[in-house]
Amino acid sequence: MSLLRESLQGIHSRLAKKEITSVDLVQESLKRIQEVDGDVRAFLLVDEEGALKRAKELDEKYSKEGTRGLLASLPVGVKDNICTEGLTTTCGSQLLANYQPVYNATVVEKLHNADAITIGKMNMDEFAMGSSNENSSFSPVHNPWDLSTVPGGSSGGSAAAVAAGEVYFALGSDTGGSIRQPAAFTGTVGLKPTYGLISRYGLVAFASSLDQIGPLTKNVEDSAYVLQAIAGHDRNDSTSANVEVPDYLSALTGDVKGLRVGVPKEMMGEGIDPEVKALVQKSLATLESMGSTIEEVSLPHSEYAVATYYLIAPAEASSNLARFDGVRYGVRRYGENLIDLYHETRSKGFGPEVKRRIMLGTYALSSGYYDAYYKKAQQVRTLIAQDFEQLFAKYDVIIGPTTPTTAFKLNERIDDPMTMYANDMCTIPANLAGLPGISVPCGLSNGLPVGLQIIGKPFAEATLLRVAHAFEQATDRLPEPKLGGSRA
Amino acid sequence: MAITKAEVEHVADLARLTLTEEEKVQFTDQLNRILQMADKLSELDTTGIEPTSHVLPMANVMREDEVRPSLPLEKVLLNAPDQKDGLIRVPAVFEG
Repeated sequence: MSLLRESLQGIHSRLAKKEITSVDLVQESLKRIQEVDGDVRAFLLVDEEGALKRAKELDEKYSKEGTRGLLASLPVGVKDNICTEGLTTTCGSQLLANYQPVYNATVVEKLHNADAITIGKMNMDEFAMGSSNENSSFSPVHNPWDLSTVPGGSSGGSAAAVAAGEVYFALGSDTGGSIRQPAAFTGTVGLKPTYGLISRYGLVAFASSLDQIGPLTKNVEDSAYVLQAIAGHDRNDSTSANVEVPDYLSALTGDVKGLRVGVPKEMMGEGIDPEVKALVQKSLATLESMGSTIEEVSLPHSEYAVATYYLIAPAEASSNLARFDGVRYGVRRYGENLIDLYHETRSKGFGPEVKRRIMLGTYALSSGYYDAYYKKAQQVRTLIAQDFEQLFAKYDVIIGPTTPTTAFKLNERIDDPMTMYANDMCTIPANLAGLPGISVPCGLSNGLPVGLQIIGKPFAEATLLRVAHAFEQATDRLPEPKLGGSRA
Repeated sequence: MAITKAEVEHVADLARLTLTEEEKVQFTDQLNRILQMADKLSELDTTGIEPTSHVLPMANVMREDEVRPSLPLEKVLLNAPDQKDGLIRVPAVFEG
């Protein structure tokens, strides 16, 4: 078995006994990247030199002093919209193809403090806009389970690299499902924490009222460890919540007796693939057999969630992306005057999906349409959040599928934004309400992974992790993907 | 509400985007389809419903106005496409 598929405790104990070194772990990762990344394309940048240097420093450090933390020496992938000092951070965009961050994002700093090793930057949909990773302006990412299918998006590179065993874990970001959906498509565990739990200092903003960073891991326990390391208030992010970070590990008790589970009928109805639905039902039966109570519930406004999201997120994006004008950073393109410079830089630097969303957002915010579109969407957002509040008075968690289908084929939906957007119907509501959600594998349908989504109350990550972990313990682990199929 | 090609051109200009003829046609069609979906929201009566701009119960986060270290100039200018004398250089703002 590859070192990178061993448990955290296993690796930790072998490092302590000096059976393996940090350099071994980094080399294992580099070897795997060499073997498979020509097919998967999960990486936009591999920092071979920096990672090996860091590994040697850590080996040196721990040859003298004692115990290292559990994340120490692990090779980690960082989504390319998270700033890494000295490592080009492109957001998957030609416009930022040359962008050199001059500071680390707080999450990167925290992982460095835990002695994890950044091995590289992960491919993504441009500016995190997409559900398939086909909007990367460098290369699409291929799903390790079947190279002719997409890995999901926008954190597709992060998810695919974890699934293919190229990194131990990865960081992603989730605005409308961009961690959970690729986790579902690649058979990994993806956690989108409560809005505000993790600092976004150094995360390139897409839709600021929705964005949140989170881990993509092989299992729930790793997710808890990574969350523990990166959660908490940050004075550099005034939207980070000033809440106590609990001990997530102690939540992993395996006990779900008395857990009250609500299953929204809207997430189990029209548009959900029958096999996906069957696997979710089987998972619910497992939880029931472990002592949970399962009841059908309703989120009456969830049918409006996709429309609401595709007004609010583009509106915020059109404003956030105004900064990419070629003046202070990015790939500048000249015209006849300064206004032309903005036009040239943006028109040649942004890809089609980003332009589409900027156009939509600018329109929704423009004079005469603001009330009809943007304000209306914000009001419906309130109704969607209230649906959840009412349910959480009676239920501990809301469970359903993460995605309506398994991974779809490359090129199948890229020309049809509406079908692409509909893919996010199960993940978007949690973003709009600011709630935490986790996707955990619950089986295979025609050889492709299916994700079970668990949504919780604000800051109830411990509950999500407990339920996801108990479920994981009670079910068979997925096999490793064979990296088969042809790259379409 | 339908968006016309002329409106697409106007919005593109507001967003500092120059669209090709093909993009104009494509975006007019696609934005209309997306806005048709958005029109579904008008089914809901939202009279008196407070808009949610942010889910956390926080507003106007204040901090002490204290001096903290900031980035050195060479780092601030590291990504500047063009610079001169410690300033970012752009084409003339006022012409003539």
